[in-house]
Parts: sequence; structure tokens; C-alpha cells
Amino acid sequence: MKQKNRRQVFLEGVRDGMPICFGYFAVSFSLGIAARNAGLSPFQGFLMSILNNASAGQYALITTIAADATYAEAIIITLVANARYLLMSTAMSQRFRPDEKLGHRLLVSYDITDELFGIAIARPGYIDPFYSYGAFSVALPGWAFGTAFGIVMGNLLPAMIVRSLSVALYGMFLAIIIPPAKKNKVVGALVLISFACSYGAGLMPYLKDLSEGSRTILLTVIIASAAALLFPHEEEEGAESAKWEVEA
Amino acid sequence: MSHNIYIYILLAALVSYLLRMVPVTLFKKPIRNRFVRSFLYYVPYVTLSVMTFPAILHATGSAAAGALALAVGAVLSFATGSLPLVASACCVVALLAQLIL
Repeated sequence: MKQKNRRQVFLEGVRDGMPICFGYFAVSFSLGIAARNAGLSPFQGFLMSILNNASAGQYALITTIAADATYAEAIIITLVANARYLLMSTAMSQRFRPDEKLGHRLLVSYDITDELFGIAIARPGYIDPFYSYGAFSVALPGWAFGTAFGIVMGNLLPAMIVRSLSVALYGMFLAIIIPPAKKNKVVGALVLISFACSYGAGLMPYLKDLSEGSRTILLTVIIASAAALLFPHEEEEGAESAKWEVEA
Repeated sequence: MSHNIYIYILLAALVSYLLRMVPVTLFKKPIRNRFVRSFLYYVPYVTLSVMTFPAILHATGSAAAGALALAVGAVLSFATGSLPLVASACCVVALLAQLIL
């Protein structure tokens, strides 16, 4: 009986993971095009994606590789670009069965992304590892093969098409940062300020000589710290965790 | 290339995994510090914004095509919030702009 339940939950995960798989494939295809420009082979692209599962983090890593920057910079930029997973993982830690096995915790945390975190946390009650495994089983291959495919196809498609496809990644970033700006004025202002500072830093003497990755790190730490000091974010987190407790 | 691509990939993978794994395995209580919580909340928006602009202007080799893609992407994100739609619309706009301009 227990075995059958696990299987059902796993299949639910597969079902909910399918649209994510398609979306991932499209986005990681354009990531592959950027990776190809940085000199990655299809296998290296596949490896990067299956090990990292992070759009912005991987894009930052690709620019670091393209610039032939130091390993330390690669580590710091990955840390900054993926810092939000720390927050999601923290939120998720509150939703595990208190006696959940360490093995399940180690595996479920492997693919905490915006989307996979979203569907797991949206389910009532405790996190069911098998639901997440089902979703991973389709989302991970979609993401990894999309990157490899983008690198292969990037060599075959006409240059103008490839250049146009490379814009998809920025479109994806916009789709992440703009909708919350509708509800939260501080986020909206931050987006505009970040655009302006990023543009300005690329022109300023001294700052413009830094690599793109270093500038991203520097600006993120300064702007996000200032925002956190001036406009502390009051999440509905309290309300949400209260809701979880009731449902659990 | 003086650096090894595999080392870059493995280091990034290690960092990405630690960020995800440590809280889930260690934290039994939420982070209470308001500054840390606010900082972590704002970081993704700032990072993604910094990485988007002005990089999108250089993506196609035509700044005008990039600017148009940015404008259309921003408006569509505001109106629909659909990730695949925004991403594909940006590509189409960039392509058309390169063909026409």
C-alpha cells in the first residue's frame, strides 16, 4: 500500500513537472547559445546544466568563463546569483516532516529552483520527497538536454537567428523581475535603479575595468544592502508559515 | 584559455548545491534577522536587473533591436507575467528589428 502511494505521488510529480520541462528546454536552449559563444562543448553544457540547475547562476558562470576570470570570481558570482535558493531552501526546511530522513533532504534540495520549489511548496502538508523526484525526473533532463541542444544548434542555425535567440534569456529575467514589481513598489524602483547603476558602472573609470561578474557582485551587494536597510521587507511569511502549520 | 572549464563547472555546482542543501538539512527554525531576510529577498531582483541591462543592448549586435526587445519584454511581463511568452516575444522582436532596421 505504502509502495503504491509513493508511486502515485511520483506520477503526480511527473505530471506537474511536464510543463516545467518544456519551459526549461526553451530557456536552456538559449543558455546553450550563450554557452557556445563562451566556448563550451555540448557535453560541457549538459554537465553544467545537470549539475547546476540555475538559469541566472549559469548565465553568470558562462560570462565568467568567457572572460577567463579567476575561479574565486566564479565561486562568488555563483554564490550571489543563486543566493535566492538559500531563502527557498530555508522556507522548505520548515515544511519537511521533522523526522524526515537525511537522504531525502539531501536529494530534494538538489533541484530547488524557482519553479520546482514553487510546485513543491504549493502542496498542502509536509514535503513529499517522491513528488519532487517525479518532477525532477522530467525537469532535469529538459534543462540539461536543452543546453546541449542549444550548443549544437547554435553551430547550425544562421547567425542572425542565433543572435535573436540569445535575447530569450533576458526575456526570462524580465518575466521574473517585472511581475513582482507590480505589487511591490520597492522592487520596481530597485529594478530601475539597478538598470541605471549597471549602465553607469559600465562607463565609469575604474569600475568599467572590472569584469562583468565583479560589477554584478559589487552592485548587488551595495544595492540590495541599501534596500534592506532603508526598506526592510515585511513578508507575509509569518502568515504563510502559520497556514502551513494548520495544513500540516 | 588558462582556466579549465570543468573546474569552473564543478566549483559552481558545489556552490549551488551547498546553497540549497545546507538550510534544508540544518535549519529547523526560520531566519529571524530582518536585515538578512530583506537582503535575501531583494538580491535576485537586483542581480537579474544588473545582468539584463545594458547587456541586452549588446546581445544582437544592434542596440536598437535589443532596446525594442527590452521594451516589448517589459510591457508583456507587466501585462501577462508568462515566462515562455515573454522569452519568445523578445526573440521575435529582436529578429524582426534586425531584419527591418
